[in-house]
Amino acid sequence: MPLSFYIHIPYCVKRCGYCDFNTYTPGELKEGSDIAQVSNGYIDLLIQEAKIARAEVKTNESIPTIFFGGGTPTLMEPADLGRVLKSLETDFGFTKDIEITIEANPDTVSKEKLAALRGVGINRISFGMQSAAPHVLAVLDRTHNPENVVKATNWAREVGFEQVSVDLIYGTPGESIADWEATIDSALALPINHISAYALIVESGTKLAAQVKRGEVIIPDDDQTADKYLLADEKFSKAGFTWYELSNWAKDGGECRHNIAYWEGANWWGLGPGAHSHTDGKRFWNVKHPNAYRERLESNQSPVMESEILKVDEKESERVMLQIRMPDGIEKNSLTAAALLRLESFLTGGQISSEHWEQGRISLTLSGRLMADRIVREILL
Amino acid sequence: MPAIDLAKAPQPASTNPAQIRNFCIIAHIDHGKSTLADRMLGITEVVEQRNMRAQYLDRMDIERERGITIKSQAVRLPWRSGIDGQEYILNMIDTPGHVDFTYEVSRSLAACEGAVLLVDCAQGIEAQTLANLYLAMENNLTIIPVLNKIDLPAAQPEKFAEELAKLIGCQPEDCLRVSGKTGEGVTELLDQIVKQIPAPVGDANAPARALIFDSVYDTYRGVVTYVRVVDGHLSTRDQIQMFSTGVRHEMLEVGVISPEPVVSKGLGVGEVGYVITGVKDVRQSRVGDTITTYHNPTTKALAGYKDPKPMVFSGLFPLDGAEYPMLREALDKLQLNDAALVYEPETSAALGFGFRCGFLGLLHMEIVRERLEREAGLSLISTAPSVVYRVVRGDGKELIVTNPSEFPNEKIEAVFEPIVRATVLAPSEFIGAIMELCQERRGALLGMDYLSEDRVEIRYTLPLAEIVFDFFDQLKSKTRGYASLDYEPIGEAEGDLVKVDILLQSEGVDAFSAIVHKDKAYAYGVMMTTKLRELIPRQQFEVPIQAAIGSRIIARESIRAIRKDVLAKCYGGDISRKRKLLEKQKEGKKRMKMVGRVEVPQEAFIAALTTDADVDKAKAKAKG
Repeated sequence: MPLSFYIHIPYCVKRCGYCDFNTYTPGELKEGSDIAQVSNGYIDLLIQEAKIARAEVKTNESIPTIFFGGGTPTLMEPADLGRVLKSLETDFGFTKDIEITIEANPDTVSKEKLAALRGVGINRISFGMQSAAPHVLAVLDRTHNPENVVKATNWAREVGFEQVSVDLIYGTPGESIADWEATIDSALALPINHISAYALIVESGTKLAAQVKRGEVIIPDDDQTADKYLLADEKFSKAGFTWYELSNWAKDGGECRHNIAYWEGANWWGLGPGAHSHTDGKRFWNVKHPNAYRERLESNQSPVMESEILKVDEKESERVMLQIRMPDGIEKNSLTAAALLRLESFLTGGQISSEHWEQGRISLTLSGRLMADRIVREILL
Repeated sequence: MPAIDLAKAPQPASTNPAQIRNFCIIAHIDHGKSTLADRMLGITEVVEQRNMRAQYLDRMDIERERGITIKSQAVRLPWRSGIDGQEYILNMIDTPGHVDFTYEVSRSLAACEGAVLLVDCAQGIEAQTLANLYLAMENNLTIIPVLNKIDLPAAQPEKFAEELAKLIGCQPEDCLRVSGKTGEGVTELLDQIVKQIPAPVGDANAPARALIFDSVYDTYRGVVTYVRVVDGHLSTRDQIQMFSTGVRHEMLEVGVISPEPVVSKGLGVGEVGYVITGVKDVRQSRVGDTITTYHNPTTKALAGYKDPKPMVFSGLFPLDGAEYPMLREALDKLQLNDAALVYEPETSAALGFGFRCGFLGLLHMEIVRERLEREAGLSLISTAPSVVYRVVRGDGKELIVTNPSEFPNEKIEAVFEPIVRATVLAPSEFIGAIMELCQERRGALLGMDYLSEDRVEIRYTLPLAEIVFDFFDQLKSKTRGYASLDYEPIGEAEGDLVKVDILLQSEGVDAFSAIVHKDKAYAYGVMMTTKLRELIPRQQFEVPIQAAIGSRIIARESIRAIRKDVLAKCYGGDISRKRKLLEKQKEGKKRMKMVGRVEVPQEAFIAALTTDADVDKAKAKAKG
């Protein structure tokens, strides 16, 4: 089985209020320092870890997908990202149609930078647009000017990115249905072929969670969030974007193959602090803090903090919960008769497609997609 | 030292009644009874210093932790009077300190000639102490008023001496002042017990009559019965007979507690001790019964024998249905030691298999539940406590109802409910708040007296059902913890009562049915439906929640069908996390109870059956 790579860049200029990712501002890592200082040598650590991956994973196949995520990967010099890619290509080889994605903040890219990223082989870019409504962006603690997204996506096309995506968030406190509709419309006006749209999750420990707890902001109720999902799906579909995962829509050929690899249970290695990996039923993840990660590698230790080998039932849980998120769903034959019986109320309730059921598959209808977790629990009980 | 050599002290079975003094200590929780008892054990040297431990006489963990005595005991203390230099035997009979155990208290008092009225002189007398004091006075006991904790900075001995003097009709200076903690005044108290309390009087040649004032189950010995001999003599050679049942038992052992068991040849007039007969169940050796001998039986029982009658009922269900057999076993075991506990199997559609249990009162209920959870390691859910209703049906037939689910749905002629006479003692600044609470709970004012300038005694008649439902917690919170409460049953009264049922998707949930006064039915219905709307998670379909009296709906809420149950993101690192969350949710789903098609989490049942005060208590406990 081939090995994909996720490469984590754990730096941000500032932390957004809703974000619980493993990312740090330079000041959090070392007082009074800047990105250049704290990330000094980080690329070499990633290359060092990639060597570990090479030694541990026995595969002859070339790498099909790579994904730079963060943090803010575009804070790094494109040439440095190129060095990591070079090392991977040398050690593993790249497939001819390799997909290399980078997440980008529309505010911090220039056309030159985008060209340089394209120049080192990155061929897919995903912009964190989140919303077109300034007051919604303010609640999320994002500062960008919605105009920047238009500029950035156009530049990306101009410098040769054929795969351009935006991330959207809905269900933010203070976001009306009209706000969301305007966001959808502005996204659809961009030169893109992929959209991810996520309902906001208030993660504990974030600034937003504290504001919710103090009653400063109010999370819109689930029913409104459900309406927003339906609205998005309707508009995306009309514009030629088809859902290929619960929160992802793409034009033909625009699907993110790296993410599909996650949902299909493929093998991937995550480089960087806190990054997760999966190889043949084993999951492991690195120490979380960049400094701890650095210390481990500088003293020639493995950065892995913990690992688990999935038991049969755990594998099955993962298979069901991941497969149900995609349009093809789950093969009926793979489930027990008792589980199928428990699904009948969803079949009659219209959450499971009866057409596909007849064809031997369990797949979710539009309303069923909103109930995916409940259906999974019903299957696995 | 006035203490005497134990070996040379007067021995059981041969002690002259004139040398005996039988007394008890009447005190409220926290007023220092156990500490004073410890001090007496030390001063009389029946316990050596190195063997001493705090609250020596409290045997159960619960007793030690809660500072209350559930079962009474009797300790034989030899004492040389500092006044006349003579040797005496003091029998200290411990009394349970709570209203639920009034009957047991009355039997303990009946075994004594005198009582030490112990009052914390930083707090003053409490309602339950007052009730027990009145009981002692009715039994013609000599009362020795004692102010405890005089070492405390907040002590107000003058103020509370006045209060005590007024209550028992003595002079303030007659109140002894002691500190169980430092030992100050305790020697003098022992001397005063000898001096003031009369010696027991009885006929040594009459057929034996001994009063059972306590009966305790011991794993190794079977039932240990505590007795006070009134007439005649009990010895190991006798076969004894219970007066109420006529059942005969072999006498395996007789002895006294000092404070560990000491076997003796027998017990004579006025003496207090224990007997062991091989009986395995305290219900065969009941508090209040008279023991006599089989060969020379008495014809006249000692007065006052009563069967304990449960006043409060509640369903106890194991959280985990598989623990039902363990619950049965634990109840069986507990009943060996608790003649007042009654139970029978109950099946609830919502809660599964459990037991309907009857208790003497709320504290008794709490103690039983806590012992089941602690000693048998069970996790239990209890339904709202209920009292005993007498229902007269349309056809004139009568029905006793201890469980709301048994309340007839068809037309009824009348319902009678138990009524109590409640006494509240509190600082006078709270009179308004207390009266307001009592009125709200359908109380009728009987009277009010000032105990001192700023403390009052307020008397009300109240339906017991109103007290059973968080009255005490409300009273405490409205009086910043200062009020104390005592109540005694005085009969029954007709009430305008109805049964309110709670329905989920038109299915009744038996655990939530309640018998309430007509004027409060609506409030109960609204409270429960609102609470349940918040507690029950949204389902695939809309769930109406209704409160109904018979077929009439009085309150209604609705849980809208759920539309969204999905987490938007699931990438590399999310997968393990999401799987683990799923495992947890699966476990939660297993613990769901089904009401019709509605999945109700167990937590919702617990929360719905819990009053806010319970929640606060649980929190306080958790903080510890």
